[in-house]
Order: sequence, then C-alpha cells, then structure tokens
Amino acid sequence: MAAQAKQDAIPRAREGSPWTGLWAVVLKEMADHLTSTRMRILEILILLTAVGAVYAAMLNIRSTIGRDPFLFLKLFTTSREPLPAFVGFLVFLVPLIAIALGFDAINGEFSRRTMSRLLAQPIYRDALLMGKFLAGFFTLALVFTAIWLLIIGMGIIGLGLPPGGEEVARLLIFLVATIFYGGFWLALAMLFSVRFRQAATAALASLATWLFFTVFWSMLVGLIAQTLRPVRIGLPQEIIAQTELQIALSRLSPNTLYTEILLALLNPALRSMGLVLPIQWEGAILGSPLPLSQSVLLIWPQLTGLIAVTILLFALAYVLFQRQEIRA
Amino acid sequence: MSKVVIRTKGLTKRYNGVVAVDKLNLTIHRGEIFGLLGPNGSGKTTTILMLLGLTEPTAGEVRVLNLDPARQPLSVKARVGYLPDQIGFYDELTARENLSYTAKLNGLSRKEADERIEAALTRVGLHEVADRPVGTFSRGMKQRLGVADVLIKRPEIIIMDEPTQGLDPEGAHAFLQNILELKEEGITILLASHLLHQVQAVCDRVGLFNRGRMAVSGTVAELAKKILDSGYRIYLEVEGPADKMIPALKAVSGVSKVQRAGKNRYELVARSDLRAEAAAAAVKAGGKLYGLSVEVPSLDDIYTHYFEEVEHGRAS
Ligand SMILES: Nc1ncnc2c1ncn2[C@@H]1O[C@H](COP(=O)(O)OP(=O)(O)OP(=O)(O)O)[C@@H](O)[C@H]1O
Ligand SMILES: [Mg+2]
Repeated sequence: MAAQAKQDAIPRAREGSPWTGLWAVVLKEMADHLTSTRMRILEILILLTAVGAVYAAMLNIRSTIGRDPFLFLKLFTTSREPLPAFVGFLVFLVPLIAIALGFDAINGEFSRRTMSRLLAQPIYRDALLMGKFLAGFFTLALVFTAIWLLIIGMGIIGLGLPPGGEEVARLLIFLVATIFYGGFWLALAMLFSVRFRQAATAALASLATWLFFTVFWSMLVGLIAQTLRPVRIGLPQEIIAQTELQIALSRLSPNTLYTEILLALLNPALRSMGLVLPIQWEGAILGSPLPLSQSVLLIWPQLTGLIAVTILLFALAYVLFQRQEIRA
Repeated sequence: MSKVVIRTKGLTKRYNGVVAVDKLNLTIHRGEIFGLLGPNGSGKTTTILMLLGLTEPTAGEVRVLNLDPARQPLSVKARVGYLPDQIGFYDELTARENLSYTAKLNGLSRKEADERIEAALTRVGLHEVADRPVGTFSRGMKQRLGVADVLIKRPEIIIMDEPTQGLDPEGAHAFLQNILELKEEGITILLASHLLHQVQAVCDRVGLFNRGRMAVSGTVAELAKKILDSGYRIYLEVEGPADKMIPALKAVSGVSKVQRAGKNRYELVARSDLRAEAAAAAVKAGGKLYGLSVEVPSLDDIYTHYFEEVEHGRAS
C-alpha cells in the first residue's frame, strides 16, 4: 500500500520547465563570444569590409544626391571596381561569422570535459542547446546592428543628409533578414557540432556546406535544369520551363533566398523575383519603386522559408543531442 | 535504522545488446561512504550515470532521495553532486568564474552564490588562486576545484568517479581526508575506484563489481569473511613451551589455524580480531607475552582472491 502511494507520487511527465537555467547559459556563452579572439578577428574583418565598401559606394553616389530618393540603400548596394558592394560581402561573411559562433558549441564541451559537469547541474539539455543557440543569435544581432548603425552614421556624415522614413524601414527589415540568415548558418554549424565529436570536423563540414552553396550550387542548378528541361528547338515554352526549374532549384540555397531578400528590399524598383513575363509589366511604370508593403510581400516566402529551415535544423540538432551519450 | 538514500532494483543497462549493468540491486544509507569497486568496463560509470539521470536505464528501478532520476532529474541534480572521472573546467575563466557559472545554473542568488563560492574555495584551499585562469592549474588543483564545484549546491549526496586518479600520494591522501570531513557533515558519498587501499581507508562499505553485476557487498570485514573464509592474521610473541602454546591457542573459538612463525612467534588465522582472547589464552597457558599484532585483511587480498576465483570458475 505504502509502496503503491510512493509509486503514484512520481509524475509521469518530466518535471519542471525545460528552460531552467537557460539565461545562465545564454549570458555565459555571450560573454565568451564577445571576448573571444575568434570573434575579434571576424569583427575587424567585417568592420574593414563595411568601411571600405561603403566609402567606395559613397564616392560613386555623391553625384546623385538630391535626385535619388533611396540614397541610403545605395550605400549598401553600390559597387565600385574592384570592390563588390557591401551586400555582396555579406552573403558570404555572415555565414562565416555564424559558423565561427557555432561549430564547437556542443563538441567543445565534450573536448573540454565540461559536459558531464554541466549536465550534472539541475538543467535540461534543452536549456543548454537553446541557450547556446540564442547566445550565438544575439551575438550576431549585436554585431550586425553595430555595423548597420556604423554604415548609417557614415552615410549621414558623408552624404550630409539623414535617411528617409521608408529607407530606415527597409534597412531595418534588411537587418532583421541578415540576422536570420546568420541564424540559419548558426543552426547548421550547431547541428554539426552535435553530430561530430571533433570541432575541426564540424567546422569543415559547415564550411563545405557554405562553399557548396556559395560556389557549386549555382553551377549544379544550371546543369540539372539543362538536363531535365532541355531546350530542344528553342521554343519559348521550353526556355521558360528551364528557367523556372532553375529558379526553383536555386531557391533551395539559403544564399539565393537571402540575395533575393536583399534585392527586393534594397532595390525598390524590383517588382518580381525570377521570371518576369511582359504581361506582368502591364500597367507598371518601368523603374518606378514599389511601395514597402509590396516589397515585403515579395520577400515573405523567402524570409519564412529561411526561418523554417533554421527551425528544422535546430530541431534535428535537438533530437540528436537528446539521444547522445554524455560520456566522452 | 538509518535512512536509505539510494536504492536500485534490477537496474539494467544495455548498449546495443552489450550488457553494461546487469540487474543491479544497490542500497546506500544516509551518511555512509560506499565504494564501488571493479575492473575497467565493469559498469561503475554507467551505474553512476543512471543514478543521476544522465543515462536512461534499459530496465529496473532507481530511487535517489526517493526521487526517480529519469523523471525528476532537476530535483535529483539539485541535491546530488557529481564529480566526473575526467573533470574539466573552462580554462580561460578563473576558478571563481567557473564556480559562479555552476552557482547560476543552480539558480542561486548573487549574494548566496558569492558566500558559497568563498566558503568552497577556502575549504579546498584554493582561495589564494581563485582569480587565476583554471588553465594554469595543476591536476590536483583542478581536482580540488572539482570538489568546490560540487559543494556549491550543498549536496546531500556526492558521487565521485575515480576521484584520486592522477593525484600524487600526498594529494590523494589529502583528498581522502576531505572526503572524511564531508562524511562528518552528514553527506553521503558514493565512490567508484579501483585504488583499493584508498577505498579501504575511507569506505564504510564496498561493493565488488564484475561484468555489470555487483558480486558482493558489505564492510571489508564482511567481505573478508565471505571471500577469504577467515580474514584476520594475529601474531603473538610469547615466551613459553610451544607444545603447550599451540593447543591453547587452537582452543580459542574462532581461530582456524595456528602455526609457528619464528622462535617465539605464532601466527593465528582467525575469523575476527581475536587478539584479546588469544593473549588471554597464551598467558593462561603459562606464556610470557611480549608482542601482539593483527593484520586486518586487505581489500587487495579480497579483490585479488575474488577475481582469481571468478577467472578460475570461468575457466573450468
Ligand atoms: N556508449 C556506449 N556504447 C556502447 N557500450 C558502452 C557505452 N558506454 C559504455 N559501454 C560499455 O559498458 C561497459 C561498462 O562501462 P563503464 O564505463 O560503466 O565501466 P567502468 O566500470 O566505469 O570502467 P572504468 O573503470 O574503465 O571507468 C563497458 O563494457 C563499456 O564498453
Ligand atoms: Mg568509469
């Protein structure tokens, strides 16, 4: 009877909140990130890139002051030979920073032999993984916001006028999108940090994925589209079919999604992603800017797609981590 | 009767068909030091991980402080300290910062954490180096920091896996003293090790592990009785006629064997410490007693004997 009562006293479900201790982890990890040499180097790198690219852009667009309503957007998108525009740098710098923040998140605790001591504290693994992700994410947000403010500051001084309301709104959404783009790479790097016990392997796997999407995917997409939807006689339908497949495939790459978001936000004249048929141009004044709400509508699928994949990667890392033996 | 703080029933862990822990029944009482002994791969670490809810048992039941570690890991881990076999810290952080992280994970307030960290550091003698990065610490200092780390949560039970591994004899000795002090405070300690004389020096009871099973458990004397059929060797130095001495000593109940070990020396094999009885018998038989000593059975003997027998049994 007494034994029965004792049995009943033990709840079936896991006790307590899975997030117990989450903020302790976040704060510790963020402090680590912000003081680490690794991040110092990357911060300097992105700072120099930003200053260089924006300065070059400024030289180019000075002449159009007063005529262009979206001068501040041009700060990010104007390139001047031989430098690409700042956003061009971002497409590959953001992944690099995010990977640097995540590739040794979990396996690092194993190799330092701190994992069992950590998990012997009254927290769940959920809090550890989530805490590490959030710390990386907040660090990304902090770094990018600082850079963002710096560029706008440079713009105000260099161009001699403040940004307009819509410009600020577009740039803000661009900032958020950039942080989420980083979030994707962070989740990927963390997944590898759970999967591979060696930090070097995880870093290599993350960088391989990054290289694949940055360099090889666009080539591969062309090849696949040509093979699956060959243009035999040169009919317009054939060409359209091939191009559409190409666009669909290239959107599997987070880089493409992010680039499209950038284009739509920072180039208000952009009316559609992908193939534009003449019929879609009907009634549109060529080159006239799209209102912000329309641009946001345009990037909505890309942004939600990016976030969805990030959540998926995190969930995968979570499942793997929950099942992991904690003994090194 | 003392309270049971750890109890397992039929606890089993299999890794892909390999049995690491096999139907383990273990009972540990409040305030005792229990030693888990066994060769490499016998399942000590696996048992410990299951007690802490860090690994799910395949079958069987665990209760730690009347809680189920698989279902109530937070309560268990808030009250049980764990010193892993290979302890690591964040090398770039100072000792104090490392402990402070532990305190935060335990949900302590800033003030409480500071107090406990100071106390713990002083206690393990690391107060002077508290603000040095742990990367500069020696193995022994890290081990002591590990104890400080465990003390932060004021545990009721401390589980240590091979705690004296890699410590020099002096360090190991000091460490064992620390363990005894903790026991004085009423903390229950579970210790896994294969350093037998150390285990013998501090443990109230030991359990002998072999291939995932706990073969025998009890106090060292009990084990000696069970495994070596008679454990104590008593040496007497008596001046007197040998032909009178030997029968007299043999007559003492509990003595199984008497033999001469020198001119006036006799060696007795007895089931318990029968020094007083043997001395009385020798004097009564007309001998002059000059020396008396006893050799308590060592865990080493028990262990070696036991595993020899196991090997022997398996071979035949
Ligand atoms: N993750 C795992 N997968 C498969 N087998 C495992 C795993 N972890 C442990 N084992 C096996 O379980 C058995 C018990 O291991 P355990 O680490 O508990 O032994 P131990 O008594 O602590 O040994 P040691 O004295 O070497 O620390 C071993 O045979 C080991 O190979
Ligand atoms: Mg072990």
